[in-house]
Amino acid sequence: MPDLRTQEYMVNMGPHHPSTHGVCRLILTMDGEKVVDIEPVIGYLHRSLEKVCENRTYAQCIPIMDRFEYVTSMSTNQVFSLAAERLAEIEVPERAEYLRVIMLELNRIASHLLFYGTTAMDCGALTPFLYGLRERELIIDLFEMTCGQRLTYNYIWVGGVSKDIPPEFEPKCREAIKIIGEKLDDYQGLLNENPIWLARMKDVGILDPDLAIAWGVSGPVLRASGVKYDLRKDDPYSIYDKFDFDIPTLEAGDNFDRYLLRIEEIKQSIRIIEQALDGLPEGPIRGKVKANFKPPEGEVYCRIENSRGEMGVYIRSDGSKKPLRVKMRGGSFNQLQVLPEIVRGKGYYIADLVAIFATLDIILPEVDR
Amino acid sequence: MSESLGMLELARVFGWLHELLVDTGLGEPWVTIITYAVLAVVVFGVLAVLALFLVWWERKIAGHIQQRFGPMRNGWHGWYQTIMDGLKLLQKEDVIIATRDKPVFFWAPVICFVAAFLAYVVMPFGKDLIVADLNIGILYILAVTTFTVISLLMAGWASHNKYALLGGMRSAAQVVSYEVPMVVSILVIVLFVGSLSMQDIVTAQSGNIFNWFIFRVPFGPIAFATYIIAATAEANRTPFDIPEAEQELVAGFNIEYSGMKFAMFFLAEFINLFTVSAIAVTLFFGGWNGAILPSWLWFLLKTCGVVLLLMLFRWTYPRLRVDQLMRFSWKFLVPVTFANLIIGAIIKYAGWYW
Repeated sequence: MPDLRTQEYMVNMGPHHPSTHGVCRLILTMDGEKVVDIEPVIGYLHRSLEKVCENRTYAQCIPIMDRFEYVTSMSTNQVFSLAAERLAEIEVPERAEYLRVIMLELNRIASHLLFYGTTAMDCGALTPFLYGLRERELIIDLFEMTCGQRLTYNYIWVGGVSKDIPPEFEPKCREAIKIIGEKLDDYQGLLNENPIWLARMKDVGILDPDLAIAWGVSGPVLRASGVKYDLRKDDPYSIYDKFDFDIPTLEAGDNFDRYLLRIEEIKQSIRIIEQALDGLPEGPIRGKVKANFKPPEGEVYCRIENSRGEMGVYIRSDGSKKPLRVKMRGGSFNQLQVLPEIVRGKGYYIADLVAIFATLDIILPEVDR
Repeated sequence: MSESLGMLELARVFGWLHELLVDTGLGEPWVTIITYAVLAVVVFGVLAVLALFLVWWERKIAGHIQQRFGPMRNGWHGWYQTIMDGLKLLQKEDVIIATRDKPVFFWAPVICFVAAFLAYVVMPFGKDLIVADLNIGILYILAVTTFTVISLLMAGWASHNKYALLGGMRSAAQVVSYEVPMVVSILVIVLFVGSLSMQDIVTAQSGNIFNWFIFRVPFGPIAFATYIIAATAEANRTPFDIPEAEQELVAGFNIEYSGMKFAMFFLAEFINLFTVSAIAVTLFFGGWNGAILPSWLWFLLKTCGVVLLLMLFRWTYPRLRVDQLMRFSWKFLVPVTFANLIIGAIIKYAGWYW
């Protein structure tokens, strides 16, 4: 058919679409089933959290931070507390540091389990989603037991943590990580050697390490491209230098490696939690902090390794009890910006785009703030 | 073995109705028309109930695979959940978009729904339990089940929505591709039976369980495997459910349909699921042949077994990509089925066949 006229067309994927993980709008230029170009449009979830923080005291900022990245809100608590502590030179008791590490790593596992479920679901396998959420539930129960919340914890406060763990926490926690460690084999058995899964994942969405560094990509996405960069080792905060754990890296940088790397990270997090539970000291859980403390004039940027890459907070203080300016950095923002670079000109199908979006593990509140 | 207890003598009921109508003094064309209309209503009713049952069953199976219960509230294990869902859909507002292609938008679900039932004209539910034993039975089924794809294409086109259009196009490409291996897998069986009639195919497998075509090595199992893969694609189910791929096309061809129009697509999908399983049972598992139990019960049980297999596929596998789907059909399934046909033909004409 020589006279067949074809043309490219536009599709608005989102803001309400099942696989954009929130309210993200992707303007796709399509050639039949293939994605020619893609332009992410962000801002549908903008709540001006940074501005809201300017009218709150430091302690009041912590619950606002929970909403910044609600899948791992322990990390957001931690990064803001860390920044405020450095600014005001507040000491954190050792027991609080251990509790923080336990909670951060549990939250990382919960986030990666959610990733496992949503990624499989975006590729059409509906059952792993429920399995991922089932084990995540064990961790959420532990959080609920400790601080009464299941999603926005408000647990890590400036100078320590809000509440001590109950006595039944430790056995429950050991049991939970044991179950999760065992279930990981089941997860991998369900997907790792499935030919359909491999066909969808292998050699799709390859992210070149140079491109990843150029776009400021961090976290598991960067490590799956072969760059060994983890702030827990490279810029240790809290007490991560006391623990023995590995930073897994993989070479290919495709969808499958990004998936596999997160499974490996769950195993490393389990190692950290076990060590932290073994070495958990007695003592106070919160240093001496006034309710409305006034840090000296100055500025600080603090960063931690979140399950979605480098999470940072910049605080500028004018010596009053409220911060003058707060700026947040989330890994998802950079990973969403690099998405067009991965997809453009490679002739990926719309199904590949969904899979790539899933393995980049973007969540939109962190992008829009 | 084919002797069965308590079997519904369809011919007798048919005859009784016929006599009743003749006694009322109606003319000849009317008697036949009314008799067949009653029959059509009976078959329709049975299948509608069956579709409702399958929706419930699928949800229970999905629930148990995913470590949850599924419907539990309405009745014992939620047995009338789907009836309530149907009532809800009946009451819902039928949202009609302004930019639709008016007649096509209306007729697409109707054609889909009707086409789903057409195959049951020649489906042997049991011994003598068949509406019409056409001598081209299986060919007729293959012809009418393909109507579904026209309705999906119509729905995709008329919705004036890019996702729907993509879904419709995908479904057309998929059904055209998978029709070939499906037909060729069936041809092997037809070759051995020597007839296209559904009852003849069932009778050819009677007497002994090893007469079932699934047990006739090597061509039988291969034909079944290729048929069941192609049938999964025909019924638009995971891993071949790309026409409605939720994560890519939101809902595919039925994205703009709501209320009862959507329910028609939904029920047609489950009737198609039952259809492909019933064909599989008729061709490979001896149809209604079986001992002790009535023949129609054997047919239902076996068909539910195949449906279960398809449901397990759905809740285990991820979805294939559209190009991988096409490649799998044309580069793997089609050669395998043709090779199987040749093997079957050689066995048949060399007489190595028991």
